[in-house]
Amino acid sequence: MSTLTKPPATRASGTGTPDRSSSRGYWLYLLPGGLLFAAVIILPFGMNLGLSFASWPGVGDIEWTGTENYVRLFGDETFWASFRNSVAMIIAMVVVPTAVGLLLASVLFDVIGKRFGGRTASTLRALYYLPQILPVAIAGIVMGWILRPQDGALNTLLEAVGLGDVTQNWLGDPGTALPSVMAIMVWVQIGYPVVIFMAALQRVDPELYEAAEIDGAGWFRRFRAITIPQIRPETFVVALTCTIAAMKVFGPVFVLTRGGPGDATNVPSYFAYQNFFERADVGYGAAISTILTLIIIVLSVIFIRFQAKSERKERGR
Amino acid sequence: MSATDTAPRAPVSTPAPSGRRDRYRRGPMRWLVLALLIAGAAVVLFPFAIILLNAFKSPTEYSNAGPLAFPTEIYVEGMIDFWNQVNFGRKLWNSFMIAGSVAVLGVVVSLFNAYALGIGRVKGRLSIVVLFLIANMLPHEALVYPLYWMANQVGLYNTQLAVIIIFTVIQSAFGTYLLASVFGTFPQELLEAAKLDGASKWQILWRVVFPISRPTLSVLFVFFFIWTWNEFFIPLIFLISNDRQTVPVALGVLEGERLMDATTTSAAALLGVIPAVIFFLIFQRTLARGITAGAVK
Repeated sequence: MSTLTKPPATRASGTGTPDRSSSRGYWLYLLPGGLLFAAVIILPFGMNLGLSFASWPGVGDIEWTGTENYVRLFGDETFWASFRNSVAMIIAMVVVPTAVGLLLASVLFDVIGKRFGGRTASTLRALYYLPQILPVAIAGIVMGWILRPQDGALNTLLEAVGLGDVTQNWLGDPGTALPSVMAIMVWVQIGYPVVIFMAALQRVDPELYEAAEIDGAGWFRRFRAITIPQIRPETFVVALTCTIAAMKVFGPVFVLTRGGPGDATNVPSYFAYQNFFERADVGYGAAISTILTLIIIVLSVIFIRFQAKSERKERGR
Repeated sequence: MSATDTAPRAPVSTPAPSGRRDRYRRGPMRWLVLALLIAGAAVVLFPFAIILLNAFKSPTEYSNAGPLAFPTEIYVEGMIDFWNQVNFGRKLWNSFMIAGSVAVLGVVVSLFNAYALGIGRVKGRLSIVVLFLIANMLPHEALVYPLYWMANQVGLYNTQLAVIIIFTVIQSAFGTYLLASVFGTFPQELLEAAKLDGASKWQILWRVVFPISRPTLSVLFVFFFIWTWNEFFIPLIFLISNDRQTVPVALGVLEGERLMDATTTSAAALLGVIPAVIFFLIFQRTLARGITAGAVK
C-alpha cells in the first residue's frame, strides 16, 4: 500500500521483482497466528452474533427468533439499569481518575519532583500505583473486606472517630452499593493516569514553563495553559483505554456484589454472564454482549475521530 | 519520607533569581502540598495496611479488639489452615503455569505476525493490523459462550490448555499491533545486509530481528504474564475443578460465596496480594518502560 507512494529511491522498494516474490513468503509467518485468531476471535464472535438472533438454552435445537431478543432487551429494566451503572463506572474509572490523575501527576512532577527531589516524587507515584498491580478480583476481596458490615474496618474506624451514625452495610444497601463500588474503582484506577501523565510531562519542553514563569504565570495558569494541552495525546489514550475497561468491568462486581442488591450494581458484562451461565438464556446473553461490543466500538471510533480532529486543529494553529 | 535526604540539593537547582513569587514552589505551600500528597497516599495504602494487620490475628482477638487494633501476637495458623484447605500452592502453580505459557506463546505468535506485517509488509497489512486492534477491544463476553461450547465439543472444557490457547490469541492481538508498528521503523540496512549474505527469512527473523527487538519483546512478555495472571472472567468460566483454578478465580469464588470468616478472608487477600507485589518489584523497570511506551503509541 504505502510502498506505492514512496519515491523509487528508497531502499525497501529498490529491489523490484525479487522483493515481491519474497514478500509472498512472509504469509507463512502469519499463518499460525491467523488460524488461531480465526478460531478464537472471528468464529466465536460470528457465532455469538448469530446466537443473538436465536433462543437457545445451550443444549438441543437452536430456535431462530429474529430480532426478538433485541426487542425484549429494550423493554427490560435490568438492561437499562446495567447501562446506567456503566455510566457510573465511566465516572469512577475514567472521569475522576483522569481529572485527579492530571492534578496529582502535575503536582508530583512540578512541585514535589522539583522541590523535594525525583526520589520523593517516584516513591509517591509508586504508592499511588500499588492498587493497579493487583488482580482486580483480589482488589475486590481486599475492599470488600474493609467494607464488611458488622465488624469491617471502615465501620469500626467511623465509630472510633465518633461518626457511628454514618456506618452502613456499604455493599448491601441499595443506596450505598453503587457509590461504594465506584469508590473502589477510583482506588483501583487512580495510579494508571498518574504514571502515564508523569511520563508525558517529561516529554514537555521545560522552556515552555520557564517562559511562562518569567511572564508571571502562576502554577494554576501554567497547568491550564501548558500542561493540559501539551499532554493531550496521553489524556486521549488514558480516557479511551479506561472507558473500554469501564464498559467491560466484571470481576469487582462478581466478587463484591454479584450485581445486587437487586440490580443496583449490575453491569452489562455481569448481566450477560447471568444469562449465559445462570439462566441458560444464551440468545439473550448473546444479544447483550453484542450491544456491549457495538457501544465499545462506537465509543472508540468517536474518541479516535475526536482526537484526530483536535490534532488537526493543533497543527493548523 | 525521603524528603530529608534530598533537601540539601535544593539550593543548587534554583538559580532563578527573578522576583516572581511562586508560593506553590518556594514558600511553605510546598510543604502543605507534600503533606496533602502523603495523606492521599496513606488513604490509598490504608486497605493494604489493614489487610496486613489482620492476616496475622487470631479470630478471638479479632472479635474482641476489632480490625483496627494491632495484634498482640503473630497468629499464623489461620493462614496455614487456609493454605492447606484450598491447596493454595496448587493454585499458585496453576496461575504461574498458565501465565508463563501464555507469555511465551503470545510473544512468539506476536513476533511471527509482526514479522510478516511490519517487515514482510504483506498485502493488506493495514486492515489486518486494524482487525487485531479491534479484537483487543472486544469484550470477552462476546466470545465466551461460543468458546465454551467449542471447548466442550473438542474436550478442552475445564482444561488449562483451553485458557492458554485463548489468552495466547487475545494477548498476541495486542502484541501484534504494537510490534508491527515498531517493526515498521526497523533499520532496513540490516535486513538488506543479511539478505545479501544469503540469509533465509527464518534466519533473518532469529538472527537479526529477534536479537534487536529483544527489549520490546521482554516488555511484551512481562505484560502478557501479568495480564494473564490477573485475568478473571475467562478462567472463572473455563476452570471449574478446584485443582485447576488460578489464584484470582479460587479467591474470587470463595469471596463471592461469602464462606470465609473475617481473619481467613484477610489472610486470603494477603496471599492474593503478595504475588502481585513480588511481580511488581521484579518487573518494575520493564513495566515503567512499557506503560509509557504503550501510551505514546
